[in-house]
Amino acid sequence: MPFVNFFGNAVSGFFIYLGQVAQLAGETFASIFKGRIRFKLVLYQIAEIGYRSQLVVIVTGAFTGAVFTAQVYFQFASLGMGSAVGSVVTLAMFRELGPVLTGLMVAGRVGAAMSAEIGTMKVTQQIDALRALAVHPVDYLVVPRAVAMLISMPLLVVECVGCGVLASYFVAVKVLNIDAVYFMVNIQKFAESSDIFMSLIKGFVFAILIVFISCHEGLHARDGAVGVGRATTETVVIASLSVLIANFFLTMFLNILFPAGGW
Amino acid sequence: MSAEPLIAVRDLVQKIGQQEILRGLSLDIFKGETLVLLGKSGGGKSVFLRHLIGLMKPISGHIQFEGRDIATLNERELEPVRKKIGMLFQDGALFDSMNVHENVAFPLRERGERNEKVIETKVHDALAMVNMNGHDKKMPGNLSGGMRKRVALARAIISPPDVILYDEPTAGLDPIVSDSINKLIRRLQKQLAVTSIVVTHDMISCYHIADRVALLDEGKRYFYGTPDELRTSRDPVIRDFVDGRSPDEDEPL
Repeated sequence: MPFVNFFGNAVSGFFIYLGQVAQLAGETFASIFKGRIRFKLVLYQIAEIGYRSQLVVIVTGAFTGAVFTAQVYFQFASLGMGSAVGSVVTLAMFRELGPVLTGLMVAGRVGAAMSAEIGTMKVTQQIDALRALAVHPVDYLVVPRAVAMLISMPLLVVECVGCGVLASYFVAVKVLNIDAVYFMVNIQKFAESSDIFMSLIKGFVFAILIVFISCHEGLHARDGAVGVGRATTETVVIASLSVLIANFFLTMFLNILFPAGGW
Repeated sequence: MSAEPLIAVRDLVQKIGQQEILRGLSLDIFKGETLVLLGKSGGGKSVFLRHLIGLMKPISGHIQFEGRDIATLNERELEPVRKKIGMLFQDGALFDSMNVHENVAFPLRERGERNEKVIETKVHDALAMVNMNGHDKKMPGNLSGGMRKRVALARAIISPPDVILYDEPTAGLDPIVSDSINKLIRRLQKQLAVTSIVVTHDMISCYHIADRVALLDEGKRYFYGTPDELRTSRDPVIRDFVDGRSPDEDEPL
């Protein structure tokens, strides 16, 4: 019986959490469509989310592309398929690695910061002060972050993928002595615009997951500094796991729309 | 003072966890008066104040403000009500990412004021009212408790509301600053006809500012009358509170 109770509580807790995040997302999109957007705050958040995340995204993308190139080459070279490295790395970066790695990096860097900032405002009554001043916390805190995230995230994904492919080119051509022409021709032959769409769609979905999980955790923080710490940790864990789980379902679904290997 | 109350609270019930904080509290607040709420710590005074601006929803009961029951309104519907009611939080609740000037200007900007000269003048005047001019560029983290409270008061009065709720405005302040806050509350009442509801434990402040006093006990209204009636009351519960005496003081050890 205790196990059944535990399982029941966990399942109901999960659905309550899902409902709360969905409700926050609904309120936010309703505010966006009604034009309750503070453009100055959106620009500030784009700088915080997009501009300041670039280093971590560039380094992650570049080194993932580089190491993936080396590993693929070591396996493929013995089969005489060394020049296929470019297409394999490019497809993997666009379809999986770029969006997922960017999602994980942004969940850790931006999601944690959002949750901590909003959580601190919650436990120090600053959100109550906003409400008392007739300012809706969703309009003031969540809408600018959501809009900035939806703009920044696809661009960060593209940046991550681009750096990964560039690093792959450098390692393949300059270090592993693969002919640059074969490298480029294979990329052109196998990579399609649908791979870019897939990458952008995933970036967009991950942006929605990260921003609403982070803001929800912040808005529900309680019990002072300990509560803010707990909310921040939960944000990173839940947002990262959500990115990984959603990625699987997105891959399965998007593969129907944009089949891989359809050439 | 008009016969019709500006705010009429009826049978308000609120629980926090298992503890019943308000047990059917009823109270009338009239336009232009200063009502002081007294009561033990943890007795539900601040909780009551939060209901008046819709920061908490009662389990049951009604709060009539200008003919509408605000206890039933949602966040969006409460916005016009909140534009008429200002609140001074116990520790100020200043926005810690903004300096003093930005904090005080915040309500003006949010209500659509874009003329920087107008904002500058109004912020200057509001800070002058609380003797805080010259501290415009300081961040809240660099202010003392009393200064934070005064900046928060400037923020609450910059777009003069019809009602101001004060949550322990003089707690933790030295007697001189406390007196200046008391005088400010009085001045706002006289100059702007603001209705004030003040939660305090400070009896000096109470006698200085109150037109009417309500004492809460066990989540209900125990006393409701003028400061003179409070001063002359012989009720033991009231006397203990007013004289600052714990009930078992005279019992043998």
